[in-house]
Amino acid sequence: MNNVLVTESVSKNFGDFRALNNISIDVPKGSIFGLLGPNGAGKTTLIRVINQITIPDTGTVLLDGEQLKPHHIQHIGYLPEERGLYKSMKVGEQALYLAQLKGLTKAEAKKRLNYWFEKLEIGDWWNKKIQELSKGMAQKIQFVVTVLHQPKLLIFDEPFSGFDPINANLIKDEILQLRDEGATVIFSTHRMESVEELCDHIALIHESNKILDGKLQDIKRNFKTNTFEVGLVTNNEAQLTQIINEKFETSGTDFKSLNNDLKLNIKLTSDETSNDLLSFLTNKAEVNHFIELVPTANDIFIQTVKNS
Amino acid sequence: MNHLPLIIKREYITKVRNKSFIIMTILSPIIMIALIAVVAYLSQLNNNKERTISILDESGFVNSIFENTDHTSYNLLDNMSLEEAKTLVEDKDEYGLLHIAGNTDLDEVAKSIKFYSKDTPSLTFMSNIEVRLEKKITDLKLQQGGVDIEKIEASKTSIDIAQESYEGEKTSKIDNIVKLAFGGIAGYLLFMFIIIYGNMIMRSVIEEKTSRIIEIIISSVKPIQLMLGKIIGTSLAGITQFIIWIILGGILMVIVSAIFGINMAEMQSPQQEILQQAMATQEIQTQMQYLMSAIYNLPLANMIIAFILFFIGGYLLYSSLYAAIGAAVDNETDTQQFMLPILMPLILAVYVGVFTVIEDPHGTVSTIFSFIPLTSPVVMLMRIPFGVPLWQQLISLGLLIGTFMFTVWFAAKIYRVGILMYGKKPSYKDIYKWLKY
Repeated sequence: MNNVLVTESVSKNFGDFRALNNISIDVPKGSIFGLLGPNGAGKTTLIRVINQITIPDTGTVLLDGEQLKPHHIQHIGYLPEERGLYKSMKVGEQALYLAQLKGLTKAEAKKRLNYWFEKLEIGDWWNKKIQELSKGMAQKIQFVVTVLHQPKLLIFDEPFSGFDPINANLIKDEILQLRDEGATVIFSTHRMESVEELCDHIALIHESNKILDGKLQDIKRNFKTNTFEVGLVTNNEAQLTQIINEKFETSGTDFKSLNNDLKLNIKLTSDETSNDLLSFLTNKAEVNHFIELVPTANDIFIQTVKNS
Repeated sequence: MNHLPLIIKREYITKVRNKSFIIMTILSPIIMIALIAVVAYLSQLNNNKERTISILDESGFVNSIFENTDHTSYNLLDNMSLEEAKTLVEDKDEYGLLHIAGNTDLDEVAKSIKFYSKDTPSLTFMSNIEVRLEKKITDLKLQQGGVDIEKIEASKTSIDIAQESYEGEKTSKIDNIVKLAFGGIAGYLLFMFIIIYGNMIMRSVIEEKTSRIIEIIISSVKPIQLMLGKIIGTSLAGITQFIIWIILGGILMVIVSAIFGINMAEMQSPQQEILQQAMATQEIQTQMQYLMSAIYNLPLANMIIAFILFFIGGYLLYSSLYAAIGAAVDNETDTQQFMLPILMPLILAVYVGVFTVIEDPHGTVSTIFSFIPLTSPVVMLMRIPFGVPLWQQLISLGLLIGTFMFTVWFAAKIYRVGILMYGKKPSYKDIYKWLKY
């Protein structure tokens, strides 16, 4: 069984509004799966379906090949976007309570909490009330509570919002470590740079429909335009530009460089390779910059949403 | 997984540890008793105030009926005009001046009586004087007509019908009063409990919404479990508070009575007054026996069982509605529009209980309202001391349980959708739509 989580044509209506339309996703085991989409696309509804908070109208959800049942909640850790804690409850008691709701015994929960509190250096918060903590501090507690019961599926909805860069990095490393230890992570965010950095699979949801999914690498390969960014040192720019333009489709570009060189984007046809371009160029000028333009997750996101 | 005990425990402990809850628990009985003590003290002061009333009786008919009492002394004026009397009374700052014009015709005398005073005299005082004057003038008229007053007095008869059931059980008016008191207390207790702790449940649901913890919680437990846990946990906290109130109130009452010597019994509820009046007509000794036998004759077992069942049923019915309201809104100010439909039947129940059950405990109105689930807990609890056939109780209870299950289902639906809705004040239409989600 390679997929930890599979949804099969999940649909959900709220009154006349169709929030999810036949969404099928496969989340491979051990992956970090980016669930992307503009605001109001249906990501949160899908996540709530996976967490059995919302019951889908049609379609099934399988966890490890089994139809989703109430007892599966102990295998899922969920950090919602709208998150908070009981303000007037003490940190330790609260964490114990939430851990027990996930099925841990009190003793076991306490042991693991001690481990995590020590690891994140928040041990002296145990007897503080949440209202005495800053937002970022409370977020740390929420993170601990989410992962405490060692779920095989972790779902993070905008996990880094509210964290300073240092703590965001700390949490990112924890997420990666959890993945390395065998957990699968579903990751919903608008921050494309973290998608780029963390995700190996993505699904893009737009207006209740899934419009794109797969391995991030494969998607990038499909989206690449065979365009290369080049910097050429020459003493006759006009002539060189003309020569290149006769053979290739080009456009102007700009990037930082030490030399005052000719900067171009050159698009190849599908049967030309980078080597063809390189050997063509090296005859005519000194090539000191040569990069294939790979679309960023951001580009793919914007392009796909606009086109659909 | 059944997390209900865990949720109940958390709700209970958080409630009980809450500072305002602790303060309320301790302060409420103190304030209540202090208030009662102050009112009792003040009304005693008021009664103790001496009043002097001057009487200018130019007819000479009614002089004799005014006798000084502890609080009131009468000052008979002679040989002066009305104007002189008024000035005199005003100068001496007396309570007032009663003037009876000089006339030989009793009807004219009766019409001429006037009371002059600086402030409006108290109602009880005036009616007291009116009664005395009426009696005196009526007697005088009878005498003028040649009737022997003594014979009339001698012929007055007081009747107190002894009541007995076919089985030979002696009953009395006291019976009814005792029944009324027990029923009233049970009904009021439920009413108060629903209002105080229903609100508390509602606030605790709203708190979970505003602190945004709700989604974390319901990814672990079913909303209906959370809702029931909240209701039960809060109710247990409520029962704890009630018990402390009763104990603390009792102790304080004893202490205050001992220190200030204020007789708390003087502060009476209307029921107690009726009770006392009834007692005054007969000898206290036998009345006490009647009282004891009245309590003994109550269907006590029935009352206790019915109280527990109807109390739980009624309370759960209403508190699930409160929880649903809490789930539907974002903050307490938005609850108003939904509160009215809940409070209306509750208040109606108390009114029906107080006005109709007293009049006719088995009449059509009382019977119907003791079947309608939203009013039945209060009205039925008030009716039961008067003896309600078992089949009626069972039907009413059945309807209550049925409705209760429906409201819990209904509330859970609203709850499940509502707790995840932020930022929008829902209308009834929205809530109706939620039921279909």
